[in-house]
Amino acid sequence: MSPVTQAVRPTVAAPAGTARLTSGRAPGFGSHLADFGPIPSLVAEGLLEELRASGLEGRGGAAFPAWRKIEAARARGRSRGRRAVVVGNAAEGEPLSSKDLTLLRMAPHLVIDGLLGVATTLDAGSIHLYGPESALPAVARALAERPDARAIDLRPSAETFVSGEASAVVSALAGRRPVPQDRTVRLTEAGLNGRPTLVHNVETLAQIALIARFGAAWFRSVGTATDPGTRLVTVSGDVASPGVLEIAGGTRIGDLLGFAGADTAALSAVLVGGYHGAWVPAAGFSANLAREQLAPFGAAVGAGILMALDARRCPLTLASSIAGYLAGETAGQCGPCVNGLPAMAEVLHRLARGDRNAGLPAEVRRLAELVTGRGSCHHPDGTARFVLSTLTVFAEDVAAHLGGRCAKDHS
Amino acid sequence: MTARPAANARLLLHIDWTACDGRGLCTEILPELLGRDEWGYPIAPGHGSDVPVPDRLAPAAEEAVALCPRLALSLRRRD
Amino acid sequence: MNEALWALGRGTGVVALALFTVSVLLGILTRSGRPLLGLPRFSVALVHRNVSILATVFIAIHLLTLLGDSFAQLRVIDFFVPFLGAVKPVWLGLGTVAVDLLVAVMVTSLLRRYVGRRVFRAVHWLTYAMWPFALAHSIGNGTDASQSWFIAFAAACSAAVIAAVGWRLTRGFVEYQGIRQAAAPDRPVRARRNP
Repeated sequence: MSPVTQAVRPTVAAPAGTARLTSGRAPGFGSHLADFGPIPSLVAEGLLEELRASGLEGRGGAAFPAWRKIEAARARGRSRGRRAVVVGNAAEGEPLSSKDLTLLRMAPHLVIDGLLGVATTLDAGSIHLYGPESALPAVARALAERPDARAIDLRPSAETFVSGEASAVVSALAGRRPVPQDRTVRLTEAGLNGRPTLVHNVETLAQIALIARFGAAWFRSVGTATDPGTRLVTVSGDVASPGVLEIAGGTRIGDLLGFAGADTAALSAVLVGGYHGAWVPAAGFSANLAREQLAPFGAAVGAGILMALDARRCPLTLASSIAGYLAGETAGQCGPCVNGLPAMAEVLHRLARGDRNAGLPAEVRRLAELVTGRGSCHHPDGTARFVLSTLTVFAEDVAAHLGGRCAKDHS
Repeated sequence: MTARPAANARLLLHIDWTACDGRGLCTEILPELLGRDEWGYPIAPGHGSDVPVPDRLAPAAEEAVALCPRLALSLRRRD
Repeated sequence: MNEALWALGRGTGVVALALFTVSVLLGILTRSGRPLLGLPRFSVALVHRNVSILATVFIAIHLLTLLGDSFAQLRVIDFFVPFLGAVKPVWLGLGTVAVDLLVAVMVTSLLRRYVGRRVFRAVHWLTYAMWPFALAHSIGNGTDASQSWFIAFAAACSAAVIAAVGWRLTRGFVEYQGIRQAAAPDRPVRARRNP
């Protein structure tokens, strides 16, 4: 077998440092070609091998190996003779995330390259790009700039928390309500209209476009062995300059917060992974943003979302408001979620508001356990994870509330 | 109700929560496997949407699948 | 022979109406998710199904016996296309409509695993049209309609179904309804609210 990286012959110098997806000077097609070089011809086996070697994982939250999903859809399409559907997913229902929107505005052509490369690899029958209304004009402009992208169907996503869940995306594309479906087979086996369907996050697709150009070895030259390459993160909360950053995989959390202008000494914790994520307390800021180091906190990188919390703000008040929001974002389909999330949010709300009933934390835990795993998507699980993490990481604040002595800011 | 229904069970009872309306028939047919939560929806302690079915309960599970008024249940062989 | 067929046709019609009434009551009870005294929910559902099948068998006998009756002058087409009958075409037509609806409801019920939950439910709603059609047909066509026992029987059936439908429309009809969130499975997608 030839070495994996042999097929890749970049004509433009590969981006050095951690600015890769964000290294382009302008979003236009001309600038794109000048900055990143011509559209890569690497497809099919070559692309799959390169992706496998790169270790790229999905950037939408689930962190599934990117090549494996493509391979699964390809195998299915071949055995059934049904042409695959490829979907670029930019629906960030998560209010704390704006990396996909930022990416589509800064480098839409990388996303389109990735989409087309994967579509060619799968010999796809249809290609869709699904994203928020606000992102579509930039993408439409980009599509109009190049002749090879006419087949891409641009679809606006719903502004709901669960709209970006893969089966909800497929529902939306089929013209149904954008809510998750009960699934017993994978979308890569039978998705849109029963066709093998590959739903990749747009950042994953942009990374694929770079790997197709510069190769797996280049991709792995930044980041760690378990989290190679760069990733986009959205930093928000109590930091001086919130926004989207491109960082090396496995960057220390403390450093990352520093990049966003945070005074880490003034923070009590950072929420990692968004509203479905978990808190990493200040004592854990030396941990790297990587799977094995986040695991002790019950957290995962997810879609690269961090929200910093100032030590003077009451975490229970904030968590109660988030839990209430998440309860309202239930798609309304599954009984345990429809009923359990509002009940759990209500008990947390009572605790945050100063109800000193000592049984409240146990009741929150009971409800969290009750809803976990009992939905057709992970909305109840993620909400329970967030709420449980709040009780664990902020145990002192819980005690202060029950003792009637929380002196933090409750606004 | 057994705490851990047959870890080596070959059948899984899948609950489609988008269809389930908590009518309670399955919990009557499979009391050893399923209880009801406080809103009436089926619950198998320690399991979410896929509940392992011990072989001796397979006929009852099939009956539950056939009688669910919402067609929310299905039986699958464990991979 | 003709007399015997006629009696059988009348009798099976009356029994079928009684069975349909029981089936509607049990169907409404099934929808509520509640057991019946000592009878568990799955038994209620099974009895509902079996009574419906039995009623359908009675209707089949009702049709076949009256096909052989010279007075009714029925043709096979009258079983399926309403209001073409030679005798009392309107009252007979109501029965035909009820049979059409019955066929649709029974087929989608027995094949509900194949037609899916939505089709099954939508068609099952037609029962609420089928039952009054059947009742009206029995009153308008029935030889016994003026007999006091039949009037009492029809009144009892009507009272039972009206009471059950009235219960069906009350809040708290469904078990656990009072403690469940009102969010229906088809709640519209909400606009984003940010904490």
